[in-house]
Amino acid sequence: MIKSIPIPGIEDFDKSYWENSSKHKLSIQHCADCKAPRFPPRHMCPKCQSINHEWNIVSGDAILWSFVVPRPPLLPVFEKQSPYVVGLVELIEYKNIRIIGEIKSNSDIDSIKIGDKLTVRFKKINNEISLPYWVRE
Amino acid sequence: MLKDQTAIVGIGETEFSKSIDSTELNLACKAIKIALDDAGINPDQVDALGSFTYEETPEFEIARNLGFGNLTYWSQAPYGGGASCAAIGQVAMAIASGVANVGVVWRSRKRGDPSSRMWSHTNEQIFDHWKWSRPSGLVRPVDESSMLMRRYMHQYNYDRKDLASVSIALRKYANSNERALMHNKSLSLSDYMNARMISDPLCLFDNCLESDGAIAIVITSVKMAESLNNIPAIIHSYSQGMSRDHQLMTHYHSDDPLESSSYVTASNLWSLSDYSPKDVDVAQIYDAFSPMIPFSLEAYDFCPKGEALKLINEGLIDVDGGLPVNTSGGSLSEVYLHGMNLVTEGVKQIRGLANVQIKNAKLALVTTCDATPNAAVLLKGE
Repeated sequence: MIKSIPIPGIEDFDKSYWENSSKHKLSIQHCADCKAPRFPPRHMCPKCQSINHEWNIVSGDAILWSFVVPRPPLLPVFEKQSPYVVGLVELIEYKNIRIIGEIKSNSDIDSIKIGDKLTVRFKKINNEISLPYWVRE
Repeated sequence: MLKDQTAIVGIGETEFSKSIDSTELNLACKAIKIALDDAGINPDQVDALGSFTYEETPEFEIARNLGFGNLTYWSQAPYGGGASCAAIGQVAMAIASGVANVGVVWRSRKRGDPSSRMWSHTNEQIFDHWKWSRPSGLVRPVDESSMLMRRYMHQYNYDRKDLASVSIALRKYANSNERALMHNKSLSLSDYMNARMISDPLCLFDNCLESDGAIAIVITSVKMAESLNNIPAIIHSYSQGMSRDHQLMTHYHSDDPLESSSYVTASNLWSLSDYSPKDVDVAQIYDAFSPMIPFSLEAYDFCPKGEALKLINEGLIDVDGGLPVNTSGGSLSEVYLHGMNLVTEGVKQIRGLANVQIKNAKLALVTTCDATPNAAVLLKGE
């Protein structure tokens, strides 16, 4: 089993997402022609089939849609962190855009609940990749 | 039309165990030979094959070990737990259309050893859609399913105690099935509530078994079935299904993540059928994780959204509850072979020879994985 966390491979269509993340900005891919937003990023607009895209920076404010608390057996790097919380968050600016990220809380993780208001933060993995995670307001 | 043109005429199962000292190819050959003997068909009559893209025993090895004749059709269905009924449907269509006459579908798998867990082989760098979830620690299929279960519990006001009724109902069936891995182990509500969590809110008993074994089935035309040994399980209707904006195992980005690809399969399956959900005598619902049973019962329109767990708590899926489900114990308590045991149990029910036989079972639904692109078949007796 791998010892480090699995790292997202950067591709042409999501390069800007990772560049923005490294600057601690959350960005959402939009079609440059019909302007429809989409997540996860991909090659083609599913609404108008354009391959032209652009990126909009968003606040990262979100609502917790659901979450899990993984327990062993896990990949070694996550087993060390267990118990931790992984959530699916819904962006305030885009009701139907949901993103996976770790949920951190100063208080007991047992108090985390669906509907909690969240703010985005970033964790640097290497020079090219920072992962978004969310904290409770 | 495919309707009522083909039938499952033979079934074969090896022993089921945590660990079998044999190769997948050896197990596959044994299961297929048992299935052909059960059907009363000579191996040299086989001309079509169907398997899973995840299957590691190749067609040519199977064919030259078993002594098949010249093959004219083979296909593989993708997406693991979503594949069994898709592989069956594709072979059935090949036979109904006249491309081939006798088909074998098989799955051989050694998954008893923890080192064979697929998630444990996660690469250092991820280029597929899992790059959007695994780096954040959502790594295993159980984590991915648990995410939807917690949302469902929140939306419809359920808790772990409600979900316990799924695993407990299936364990009762396994306790009556000598071949089930959990045959000798009872499961009480307190066992369930005190179990270790695997991905909260899912605990150990919400997970399928890790097991070794192989299962095969034989498909022919209904006309050929008339001259064979067994009561045929006629393939009445079949469909695959992949919903708009589907994302494999992490179907989180569509308008409603709780509306899975099963809704697509179900809608087409019923529209191609002469029957409706109320006509089903027994259902075999894919159950790698317990939430897939309530999710699928709602998708296949046995009850309104949000009501499945309430009905399961009231006994719906028990032997006398109106819709018996996974009557062999399923993947949770009999064996996990990517759902192929659900197919053979559906056939046994139609033949009237199941361990826990549902009286006058004439119509059996068999489904595949709710969290992947999937498929289903409706089997009927004569």
